Amino acid sequence: MTVRFGVVVFPGTNCDHDTKCAVEGLGYEADFVWHNSPHGELDRFDCVVLPGGFAYGDYLRTGAIAAFSPVIGAVKRYIDNGGLVIGICNGFQVLLEMGALPGAMVRNRDLRFICRFVDLLVKQADTPFTAACRRVKHVLRMPISHFEGNYYIDEAGLRSLVDNNQIVLKYCDSDGKCTPKSNPNGATFNIAGICNKRRNVFGLMPHPERASDAILGATDGRLIFDSIAQSIAGLAL
Amino acid sequence: MRRARVVVWLKQDVLDPQGRTINEALHGLGYELVEDVRQGKAFDIKLNDDGLDDDELLALLEEMSKRLLSNPVIEDFKIELLHKS
Repeated sequence: MTVRFGVVVFPGTNCDHDTKCAVEGLGYEADFVWHNSPHGELDRFDCVVLPGGFAYGDYLRTGAIAAFSPVIGAVKRYIDNGGLVIGICNGFQVLLEMGALPGAMVRNRDLRFICRFVDLLVKQADTPFTAACRRVKHVLRMPISHFEGNYYIDEAGLRSLVDNNQIVLKYCDSDGKCTPKSNPNGATFNIAGICNKRRNVFGLMPHPERASDAILGATDGRLIFDSIAQSIAGLAL
Repeated sequence: MRRARVVVWLKQDVLDPQGRTINEALHGLGYELVEDVRQGKAFDIKLNDDGLDDDELLALLEEMSKRLLSNPVIEDFKIELLHKS
């Protein structure tokens, strides 16, 4: 079967083509969805991607204006129907602002835009977004590229994330140890990616689409897109 | 026409690196009395208040503040309804 990714494009999104290119390079199909399509026709996709960038110029707060775009109503219905939605970087910020995932993003601890490779511990491999990591890898190498990736959640919220196994990726060192030193941006609990309780929505700050081709220096990002495809194939059986 | 001002800033228990940096800069300028700075943002809003009393305006401003102007997970807000000019 062919797996189809729908890549949502807001004004200011800039990782849409990278994402399409990455998933097509893996043999899947991808198509763009414009932000002002209220119906979005999302049902034709197996997975909806909110890609990275600076939707609406990051005005007000990152993801805040995008969270009220016409297409978001369709994304919410897609989520309610159990569809898979992945938000990468700015897409993660949009998922937080629209309330699809708990918590919020604030400025990086050191007030710097950070663009570099990081190591990521796969805390949960039993999600549709990380299932392929189960047998292959527990520490992934992918780049981050953001000013506001300092994930914040209060204590009660953090406890709930832990209790429900919703913390999917954590910043770690190359041995897989999560230390203050391996935390690039000050994120609570070294959190780099979380899913919802139903496990059909995943937000992460690292960019798998920038780590899906050997020529870019890393291929671990493929595991994320392959996990999605394999999960869909599994569901389809 | 009425005017309102909504001020939004990070909650006390959320780290505000910008406020901290400004705090240090003020110390650098010799203002040792400064103990803490929280940086926020202000929204000056003009309102068409036809047929609305203050309570109704405040209720709408509160709704706007919760839905869009602030993110209640990390931010607090304060609403000020300015006197009729």
